[in-house]
Amino acid sequence: MSLLDRGPDPATSSGYGEHPPRMGFFTDTSVCIGCKACEVACKEWNSLDEDGYDLLGSSYDNTGAFGAQTWRHVKFVERVDLSGSAAPMAPAEPDTLVGEREPDGEGGPAGVDGLSWLMASDVCKHCTHAACLDVCPTGALFRTEFGTVVVQDDVCNGCGYCVPACPFGVIARSDSDGGAHKCTLCYDRLGAGQRPACAQACPTESIVFGPLDELRAQAQRRVEVLHEQGVDAARLYGESPDDGVGGMGAFFLLLDEPEVYGLPPDPVVTTRDLPAMWRRAALAAGVTVLGIAVAVASGGR
Amino acid sequence: MAECHPVGFQWVMEAKRRGATVIHVDPRFTRTSAVADLHVPLRAGSDIAFLGGLVNYVLQNGLDFRDYVVAYTNAPAILRADFRDTEDLDGLFSGWDEANGSYDTQSWQYEDAEEAPAARQRDQEPGQGQRSRGSGDEASQHDASASEAAGSGGAPGAQRARPKRDETLQHPRCVYQVLKRHYARYTPEMVEQVCGVPPALFARVAEAVTRNSGRERTTAFAYAVGWTHHTVGVQYIRTAAILQTLLGNVGRPGGGILALRGHASIQGSTDIPTLYNLLPGYLPMPHAHQHLSLDDYVAADAGRTGFWGNMKAYAVSLLKAYWGDSATEDNDYCFDHLPRLTGDHGTYNTVLGMVDGTVKGYFLLGENPAVGSANGRLQRLGMAKLDWLVVRDLQMIESATWWKDGIEVETGEISAQSCPTEVFFLPAAAHTEKAGSFTNTQRMLQWHHQAVEPPGDARSDLWFTYHLGRRIRAKLMASADPRDRGLLKLTWDYPTHGRLQEPSAEAGLAEINGRGADGAPLSTYLDLKDDGSTSCGCWIYCGCYADGVNQPARRKPGAEQSWVAPEWGWAWPLNRRILYNRASADPEGRPWSERKAYVWWDADQEKWVGHDVPDFEPTKRPGFRPEPDARAQDALAGDDPFIMQTDGKAWLYVPTGLADGPLPAHYEPAESPLRNPLYAQQSNPARERYDRPHNRMHPDESPVFPFAFTTYRLTEHHTAGGMSRHLPLLSELQPGFFIEVSPQLARHRDLEHLGWATVVTARSAIEARVLVTDRIRPLRLGDRDLHQIGIPYHWGGNGITTGDAANDLLGVELDPNVHIQESKVATCDVRAGRRPTGSALRDLVADYRVRAGLPADREGPA
Repeated sequence: MSLLDRGPDPATSSGYGEHPPRMGFFTDTSVCIGCKACEVACKEWNSLDEDGYDLLGSSYDNTGAFGAQTWRHVKFVERVDLSGSAAPMAPAEPDTLVGEREPDGEGGPAGVDGLSWLMASDVCKHCTHAACLDVCPTGALFRTEFGTVVVQDDVCNGCGYCVPACPFGVIARSDSDGGAHKCTLCYDRLGAGQRPACAQACPTESIVFGPLDELRAQAQRRVEVLHEQGVDAARLYGESPDDGVGGMGAFFLLLDEPEVYGLPPDPVVTTRDLPAMWRRAALAAGVTVLGIAVAVASGGR
Repeated sequence: MAECHPVGFQWVMEAKRRGATVIHVDPRFTRTSAVADLHVPLRAGSDIAFLGGLVNYVLQNGLDFRDYVVAYTNAPAILRADFRDTEDLDGLFSGWDEANGSYDTQSWQYEDAEEAPAARQRDQEPGQGQRSRGSGDEASQHDASASEAAGSGGAPGAQRARPKRDETLQHPRCVYQVLKRHYARYTPEMVEQVCGVPPALFARVAEAVTRNSGRERTTAFAYAVGWTHHTVGVQYIRTAAILQTLLGNVGRPGGGILALRGHASIQGSTDIPTLYNLLPGYLPMPHAHQHLSLDDYVAADAGRTGFWGNMKAYAVSLLKAYWGDSATEDNDYCFDHLPRLTGDHGTYNTVLGMVDGTVKGYFLLGENPAVGSANGRLQRLGMAKLDWLVVRDLQMIESATWWKDGIEVETGEISAQSCPTEVFFLPAAAHTEKAGSFTNTQRMLQWHHQAVEPPGDARSDLWFTYHLGRRIRAKLMASADPRDRGLLKLTWDYPTHGRLQEPSAEAGLAEINGRGADGAPLSTYLDLKDDGSTSCGCWIYCGCYADGVNQPARRKPGAEQSWVAPEWGWAWPLNRRILYNRASADPEGRPWSERKAYVWWDADQEKWVGHDVPDFEPTKRPGFRPEPDARAQDALAGDDPFIMQTDGKAWLYVPTGLADGPLPAHYEPAESPLRNPLYAQQSNPARERYDRPHNRMHPDESPVFPFAFTTYRLTEHHTAGGMSRHLPLLSELQPGFFIEVSPQLARHRDLEHLGWATVVTARSAIEARVLVTDRIRPLRLGDRDLHQIGIPYHWGGNGITTGDAANDLLGVELDPNVHIQESKVATCDVRAGRRPTGSALRDLVADYRVRAGLPADREGPA
């Protein structure tokens, strides 16, 4: 159904009449302290199991990726910017961080300037144009009245079409029940007037939950403040209704290029070209049918 | 702070949002550094040099808040002519007694001071327990514990209430001038040499801190055990106190020195103490031979000025809470029933007593020393000599199972067959399964209600203690033995409820709060009497159950009350949110600035008013001057804000109460890779040492142990792991024991990212995976480099994620004031690969000892 709906408000274009405002997350990574309370709260509330005990050596990230049991993922990016450009949240004169010394050789002080450690809690984007929804053949994935995207476990047949359809690698199939699973934006809590568990647990309000319109305005103000403070690298990711997924219901304030966080720089709903493809296919089929008809007609002569 | 106190750190982030500058000083680049405006990496164990450098910066540039300093501190006080500073004695203060390993503090006093308590009667009988080098004799032991009695504010002991003062601060023996000379050598260049902090970076910190202090602005310092777990831990805090007092950042909003405690209620466990040398409210535990009567006990304080002058009222009210109607004036209010000290009964001395066979039984309530205490091996070997051990915990922790699966079983030193210890494990209830209070670092009590019944046999500590006492009393009911009398006469009549007969925590709170002669709840400790008419379980908590209301259970949202939020929880004393807040106003009682107005004198109402409960007698005028022979609070003037001190002043210089010097001086850690650049005296001379098998300390500058390491916590785990390593959702977030090293050290020692490494000390060797990270940096100290290794200490053998215990690496040497171990810095070697197992592990460590010139101490089976 959403394959053809491309309106700005997904609940309206999904056929909801009176409905609550579109709800979402604004994740401000500039105040994330990497505590992972969001991951734990998510798993506790949604009864998700542990996802393996592997020391990944990827900074303090031992979660690694989204999975059927992992709907929040805090990423840690250690950066050493030897070019001397200002690190996010670093003071205005980063060269004084390490004094005047040049980097030494083996075993000596590294002269590490611009050392920074980015942390960001990633989650399902609840896209305005959600490809997972488009490709789902059973209707297990559906658009809620809050404009979010949710999988119904008892409907999902485990076909897995949604997995490659997601441009962010969010959704995954479970090895145990075979079904697809991802963040529901705590649909059950929203219905009871509660915040999602991750936002409730976040101690620094890095994860903010609210009506998407308000979050976008709040995020814009936050970026302006950071720019005033000299954090030029601050930018929003996924807040624009004009991007390739029609804007994300869960968007982010980042302190570097999206690629640094493992996010696609210019995500596109993977079903974007499907209508055109179908049209071309239909056209081709029509031409073929016409050709056959012509051939049959000719042959009949 | 973001790493270990993420919930509290939300307020730092909130302050940052409002424009505060956040500076993080830490050997490692942590999650706190990641969001700070400035990270200052420094050598572990060098903070006094760093803070001393800031003190010097303030004094050399005249940046102190002079009006505050002259009026509210002891900067003008004149010292005795025979005091000698570390400047004169190359790192020692006058009074050092080399034979005893301790200081005679007489020469530290103010000029014309009264006799100091160190001259009190000396004990002739040898104390039980381990005598450490540096612990001095028993009398000084007791005096040393007096520094912990300052936990409620104010140093103990007699002092001249009004020392001679030179308010021009020019007298060569006034505290200000002594302080200035003492810190003159803490230059930016010296800071670089000691701490590895470049002068330009140091200057940025110095400018930021001083620019943000004064009439209009205040700066706060927050610290955790990175400052306290040192052989000079108390002096770390003292240095910060000097700096903050010079800058006028004490007793004012946005100022202070904030101790971030390790657990939710560590503050509570010192207020109502688990410490051997304190009674509730920081009353000292009486000494067996010095305090034969209640009057002996309070004598040192009874004649004092300041609020400690009322100590007898606090003590008698406590005895009335313990023994109720049995406590009468005729029997000294049952003072004789109190336990007595005979020496140092601190945790490490107790463990050494186990090793030596003098300590036979041990309770562990929510503590996992086999993982969490320094020298875990010593802990386990000690427990293996006990007759009995009781462990109460949420999980089957390592301290309950070392006898069957500890590493000493593998090395053949402990065997379940021959180990004499009978181990009892009792499952404990979690905080959600019981009611009670937490006291946080702001001295704020917050009540938690029971959410669910504890599962299975799990019971609360309150249940355990109450019913254990009840059963013991039942068994002793017929006893005529005088030693049982104290137990049998205790008030032990708490109401219970429910299927489990859980004692009422609120009844406990009411007893702690105290009752007047009519049995009604008291509302202020000012009403406590020394005539037996009042009872109070902890004088500083008096008022927490005022009007019969559970004050800590108040949860009025912040948005519905003033910004001080007095109706959220309850803070001791008397619900004051900032201590010594009289200092937020000038001597005449006017706010130092409108921006920082907090409490002030209202001349029309003739009383102190403001946003908080004034920490001052409500109607004492700013211009009040005491009579010469006044005592207790009556001896304090109207501009003496530090009301727990005998002189009402903040002490830049501490003439009495500390065992290791009146001013902080930088000493190297007990184990250090370098010579002390500041003085000939290498380490704190008064530190408590235990040079014996299982506890050998490394020589200074040992090439065998060339690296420094520091231990710490990760957000994902909780202390010794009992509350996290057994939980899947936390274990998966940090699923393996690792050490953190710089890329340079990794190359130097052939360590591979995610490969194995073995860390070796003279105590033990542990193995861990390696994380190579730029967040750990080698430091340049003058002309040499130093590698530091970071080691989180959460792991042990039990649970979902397991690993060697980092604390096995540490030796035990203690701060002489509070007997805390130096666990935040030591030296080690690191090598690639896994450690040997079985007896080969002990051989490896013995070989290292021999190479370092230490006794081999080859250990056989126990």
